[in-house]
Amino acid sequence: MTTDQVLRPAVVPPAHFTQATIGWQPWLEPVPQDQLTTTQRDALIDAGRVKSEYFRLLAHDPAILKARTLTDNDIFYNPDAGLPRGEREFAAAATSRFNGCIFCASVHSRFASHYVHDPSDVQRLLDDGVVAELTARHKASVDAVVALTRTPIAFGPDHVVSLREAGLDDQSIADLVHASAFFNWANRLMLSLGEPDAAGVEL
Amino acid sequence: MTSDIIDRLADVAPGSRVDGLRQRRAQARTNSQASYDALFTAPDQTGVSRTERLAVATFVSSLHGAARAHDHYRGLLQASAGRQVADMVDRVAAEGDTQGPYGRFPDSADLRDEDSPGLVLSLDAAAADALGERLTAAVQHAHLLVLRPRESSPKALAALLSAGWSTPQVVTLSQLVAFLSFQLRVVHGLTVLKESNA
Repeated sequence: MTTDQVLRPAVVPPAHFTQATIGWQPWLEPVPQDQLTTTQRDALIDAGRVKSEYFRLLAHDPAILKARTLTDNDIFYNPDAGLPRGEREFAAAATSRFNGCIFCASVHSRFASHYVHDPSDVQRLLDDGVVAELTARHKASVDAVVALTRTPIAFGPDHVVSLREAGLDDQSIADLVHASAFFNWANRLMLSLGEPDAAGVEL
Repeated sequence: MTSDIIDRLADVAPGSRVDGLRQRRAQARTNSQASYDALFTAPDQTGVSRTERLAVATFVSSLHGAARAHDHYRGLLQASAGRQVADMVDRVAAEGDTQGPYGRFPDSADLRDEDSPGLVLSLDAAAADALGERLTAAVQHAHLLVLRPRESSPKALAALLSAGWSTPQVVTLSQLVAFLSFQLRVVHGLTVLKESNA
């Protein structure tokens, strides 16, 4: 049985945005591994996630976890046309940088660096934030991501024009919108249900 | 009329250019809808009432300036809980209206020059009385999540627990606000793309 109490994990908080591998510790009790129901296990989609405290915390509400994970997988991993994988990851990193999610930014800046043509842009984004000087196509993407991430939402026709001028077709623009929108979902869970741990291991 | 909520809110017509873009990401489309269904139409699994869900959705869509989504959620809220509650949610959303994301980073982070403190919404006695202890705490937490998520803390979760939210209910509430942060941006982005002639 899960207790309704706030946890205060001992962590080494990261001081900067980083591409280094860091961990994450929950502020509420995850479902213990040996108490996961069949429905909760099914909602994890990837069986390896039983080890993850983050996903076992989300397993308290399995229906939304399952639908969220399947949405995530298609937005980032569907290779059929549209935005290249690295630029989807770059959009996730930029969204996380702007919202202030050090953990999410670490994971997705690593993925972005692995795939994009200009990996030095990824570190500049982490170091200087969304005002960083970047190559033209990355700059157009970051400007669009920032406008979409603002509340109230500020994304407009001028951003579409800039993205098209930078060479994105409409499938790619739709992918950028989804990647950034999805990280507005992910950042809020990661930031509010626990904290990053520089001494921790990958989720 | 399509039953897909994002298509409805963004006015995506079957066979249109944007419909074609969405068809190419069919699993994301299906599961964005499944997410909405899990949070708003499926039988509740964690003990978060329909009124609580719709009140938070009305509040969050108002903060985003998402007029059509706000009309949708407010209409359902009013049908579920009455005009007085819906009006009060709109009132507190107007009080919480500001521009995000903002906030201070944790003291441990060497990001002082990026700190941007801003409004911390605290409902007055009349609002707290009308909405009740649980919903008051939920609305204040939703304001934190939408606008200054970097200021999240164990203390913010403790406030929810002491207002009667269980751990699974906090997970549902967090997913609700976070999902809406996704849904409203997809609707907004697709609407702009639809209106931008190829």
